[in-house]
Amino acid sequence: MNINATLFVQALSFAALIWFSVRFVWPMITSAMDERTKRIADGLAAAEAGQQSLARSARQAEEAINQARDRATEIVSQAEKRASQMIEEAKASARAEGERLVAGAKSEIEQEVARAKESLRTQVAALAVAGAEQILKREIDAKAHADLIAAVQKQL
Amino acid sequence: MVILAAGQAPQNAGEYIGHHLTNLRFGEGFWTFHLDTILMGWITGLIGIGFFYLVARRATAGVPGPVQGFIELVVEFVDETVKGVFPGERKFLAPLALTIFVWVFMMNLMDLLPIDWVATVTGAAGLPYWKPVPTTDLNTTFAMSLTIFLLTIFFSFKAKGAGGFVHELFTAPFGSHPVLWIPNLLLNIIEYLAKPVSLAMRLFGNMYAGELIFMLLGLLGTLAAATLGGAIAGAAAGVLYWGWAVFHILIILLQAFIFMVLSCVYIAMAHEHH
Repeated sequence: MNINATLFVQALSFAALIWFSVRFVWPMITSAMDERTKRIADGLAAAEAGQQSLARSARQAEEAINQARDRATEIVSQAEKRASQMIEEAKASARAEGERLVAGAKSEIEQEVARAKESLRTQVAALAVAGAEQILKREIDAKAHADLIAAVQKQL
Repeated sequence: MVILAAGQAPQNAGEYIGHHLTNLRFGEGFWTFHLDTILMGWITGLIGIGFFYLVARRATAGVPGPVQGFIELVVEFVDETVKGVFPGERKFLAPLALTIFVWVFMMNLMDLLPIDWVATVTGAAGLPYWKPVPTTDLNTTFAMSLTIFLLTIFFSFKAKGAGGFVHELFTAPFGSHPVLWIPNLLLNIIEYLAKPVSLAMRLFGNMYAGELIFMLLGLLGTLAAATLGGAIAGAAAGVLYWGWAVFHILIILLQAFIFMVLSCVYIAMAHEHH
């Protein structure tokens, strides 16, 4: 056997190396590795959260589109209803206006007719008087028969 | 060619082998220091652990470069191995295992330096002897295994307390009957001694034997080629040397791994309660 004091030196060297590794080397390497593990885990979690929020946004967007589509349909149907309503109203007012015009025209015609009758009556009376005057000029005094003429005139 | 202290080539096979198996000594008797073992231990430790330290200091949590990737591969491998052996807190045990693995591997790696080149360089530097592989020195392997042994005792005390430790010495593994106290104690002593001895002897034996085969092949290369003029013998020795070196890569890695795992197992066992 060749055992001697070299053993102590080697044991001390070994102990020093162990101490150095435990104190410095190992913590440095493992802290870097743990840090990376954490970063990767965080990154994966962030990606997961991003995907979830993306899905949520897509769902919200779809909801908004659906709402807008419903609203548009509603507006269109309202507009159509309103349009037909307006057409109906316009028709009604046009009809009323027409009737009113017709009524106005009729009454005017009637007035015109009445006026014409009146003037005709006057003229006929005048003619009759004139005729009668012509006939009776020679025999009847116009003044003496004026009340008679007026009575005839009234009957016309 | 090997340069001896006198600056001469070895005269025969015995002298060649003997020269390669002799440490550079300093001191007398027990207080002898194997300077080559100590210095090579420091150099390999500095290079191995220093390399890890340099990379670790610049370690980034971002995308690792190839060097950091390699370091992390080794660290993760060691960490997983220790986790498989010891389920508890690994803040001490894992770096301990890394130190053992890296240091033993680096020391074993010196085995792959062609022995005659080392002898030529150190001989030219004026050193009469130089064994480049610290793990072929029992002092190194026993220094490590006894350190592990002390750590085992320390963790036993820490986990069980002094009373629990002594209690287990007398009551495990057979039982707590007073008649069994002495057999228990004897078996425990044997077990406690067997662990460091086997740990040290296994590494030493493997590396020593491997080194010896390198020496025999080197002997074939230098002596046979020179004396018999056999260029063929020299070439054959070169090929065999290379082949053994390739095979030896597996051995040095395996021995470093075995030493690491068994150290962890022993320390893990110290935490167990019977």
